[in-house]
Amino acid sequence: MANEPFENNVDRALADAQLRKNFAFAMGNFILKRRAVFSDAEQTERLRTIGHAIKQRALSRLPELLEQLEAACTRNGIRVHWAETTAVGNRIVLEIIESHAAARVVKGKSMVSEEMHLNAFLANHGIEAIETDLGEFIIQLNGETPSHIIVPAIHKNKAQIAQIFHEKVAGAPYTEEVAELNAIARNTLRRKFYEAGIGLSGVNFAVAETGTLCLVENEGNGRMCTTVPPVHIAVMGLEKVVERLEDLPPLLRLLTGSATGQLVTTYVNLITSPRREGEKDGPQEVHLVILDNGRSRIYQDPQLRQTLQCVRCGTCLNHCPVYTRIGGHAYGFVYPGPIGKILTPQVEGLEKAGTLAFASSLCGACEEVCPVKIPIPALLRRLRDESYSSAPESSVPGRGCKQNWAERLAWKGWAFLNTHPRLNRLTTALLGLVGDYLPPAGPLERWMRYRSEPKFAPRSLHRRIREEGIADE
Amino acid sequence: MTPEFAKPSNVYFFGTCLIDAFYPDAGLAAIRLIEREGVRVVFPPGQSCCGQPAYNSGFPDEARAVARRQIQVFGRDIPVVVPSGSCAAMMKHHYPVLFAGADDLAQARAFAARVFEWSEFMTRVLGVRYEDRGRPIRVTWHSSCHALREMKVIEHSKQLLRQLGNVELAELTNESECCGFGGTFSIKHPALSGALVNDKVDDIQATGAARVIAGDCGCLMNIAGAAQLRGWPFQAQHLAEFIWERIHGE
Ligand code: SF4
Repeated sequence: MANEPFENNVDRALADAQLRKNFAFAMGNFILKRRAVFSDAEQTERLRTIGHAIKQRALSRLPELLEQLEAACTRNGIRVHWAETTAVGNRIVLEIIESHAAARVVKGKSMVSEEMHLNAFLANHGIEAIETDLGEFIIQLNGETPSHIIVPAIHKNKAQIAQIFHEKVAGAPYTEEVAELNAIARNTLRRKFYEAGIGLSGVNFAVAETGTLCLVENEGNGRMCTTVPPVHIAVMGLEKVVERLEDLPPLLRLLTGSATGQLVTTYVNLITSPRREGEKDGPQEVHLVILDNGRSRIYQDPQLRQTLQCVRCGTCLNHCPVYTRIGGHAYGFVYPGPIGKILTPQVEGLEKAGTLAFASSLCGACEEVCPVKIPIPALLRRLRDESYSSAPESSVPGRGCKQNWAERLAWKGWAFLNTHPRLNRLTTALLGLVGDYLPPAGPLERWMRYRSEPKFAPRSLHRRIREEGIADE
Repeated sequence: MTPEFAKPSNVYFFGTCLIDAFYPDAGLAAIRLIEREGVRVVFPPGQSCCGQPAYNSGFPDEARAVARRQIQVFGRDIPVVVPSGSCAAMMKHHYPVLFAGADDLAQARAFAARVFEWSEFMTRVLGVRYEDRGRPIRVTWHSSCHALREMKVIEHSKQLLRQLGNVELAELTNESECCGFGGTFSIKHPALSGALVNDKVDDIQATGAARVIAGDCGCLMNIAGAAQLRGWPFQAQHLAEFIWERIHGE
């Protein structure tokens, strides 16, 4: 679907009644759960202000903090690698795996690894990557990509999952019992944890002060991936760094509350070093791969930089009227929903992904819930300006790709009309007379696909005002 | 309700381009209701559009030209009352952004500070009281996105609605979800916009209300158009027009 025009994906998604039902149901639940943990509006607002401040502070010192993180990690025995592109990132991961002659990697949930298309890359090099997060496990069985950044298999309902397990897991009976489905996944995965030479995970926050990698999860698979295999590789985007350990409590509260409506996740992992002398568990080696992939370019722009505040909680997806109707796959890229709409065009370029910035009514539901207060509608507007090159100089790739004389002329005409009152009144009066006989073509035709024809008033407000003698100065 | 501000003797009225061309009755009702409180309403004939269509479509220069015109036309230091949460939000919250770095930023800011959404003005400034003379009716309310999230005036609108004793308010399941209008969004992404408005129409239909009331004519035009195409019988009406009818027993 990545290669198809967005509009086609939208049409297909909207026509899929089962998909729409699954999303409407699941997203509705997430909204209620979030509301329950953030029931006190004032307190939530205070917390969001704190979250916003922490991420802004971290971003304002980003280069310095990344150096501090590297130094602290190195001191702790974590080896740090820098990847400017996803290709470099993949290569680094592969080299680590090959240096241990490992054939199998168990993976915790990581969107950055999706961004790197790591599984496919490893498969090409004969290495099996096994997703151990339940949702990721399901879609990997079915050969799919995540449709949501937190709950990757949310587009599937119980019956569909039961069918996938029955078909794809050897010997699995058909069952819709959640406990039984869990048991099937657990039995399949348990063995893999012990056999795998490498565990790979994402990172939620990396603390520069202490060189600590923070990872939250609910299934324990993350802890297994980061403690059972002899080698742990963590991959993260460079925006994940925060200043201090004490930044974590408010951020965790915001992240979990927004993501799953929990007060705290079942597991909160703080990884500060490989296994030390005398310790009974933990990997012998820990590697941290820090991915740039366009982020440092985004960082150069003071407004667009706010994109990097994101903690990937996914709540903007759950609250987005567009996402909840079409789901994640329709976006055609790794990050869907509002965050995807601002991030993807900046990373992939406006030619490839610029349409996403226009596929929003700018309703503002995302900004209202974002735990770190990213002004998503303002950034969408900025990317629209960039598409027509009407913002000041910038380094957004594909800038100006939508420029065309017809549209520019139309807006120039619109502006002329709306700054010349007499002409404007004449046009409105004319439309009042003949507007209802306009042929349904162009924009009007698109409007009328879902609505009856708009009826112009025979006499405009301007005219009625004059007739009724309302003061005009 | 006690007003929070001193009552001005004159106010400006910004009619919005949609009301001008499609819903003049709503505009007139909003004006009459202000006048009824003893405030003189001034309607500068040079006014046109707030500029939002271009602002949201990647054409800020054109938006600024049109916005600048409004700022000039509404020159006196009196409140500017706007019968639309969306246009009011554009003028109040987005003009200062749109004019950042421009020579007339100070004027844009001063203008923005004078902007009120209509229901906000009626409650916070005029502290109106209404007596319902209409027959019992069941209506529902749609919270338009910018009235809700940018102007934050939904409580004011509902406060007015609640003053009408014979009106039963049946709430929507997804009252604060976008109706899918989004200005040029509705013609740039018709299928998405259509999916949204059809769900909104279903939600309204399920309440059994005879009318859906809102404070934004963009939403109303969108909702009414979709309902009509599908043959649903409910009406869509601007809050001001609805109140005007109720207090006159129509
Ligand atoms: S943009 Fe905000 S709401 Fe969306 S995923 Fe990022 S942090 Fe969460």
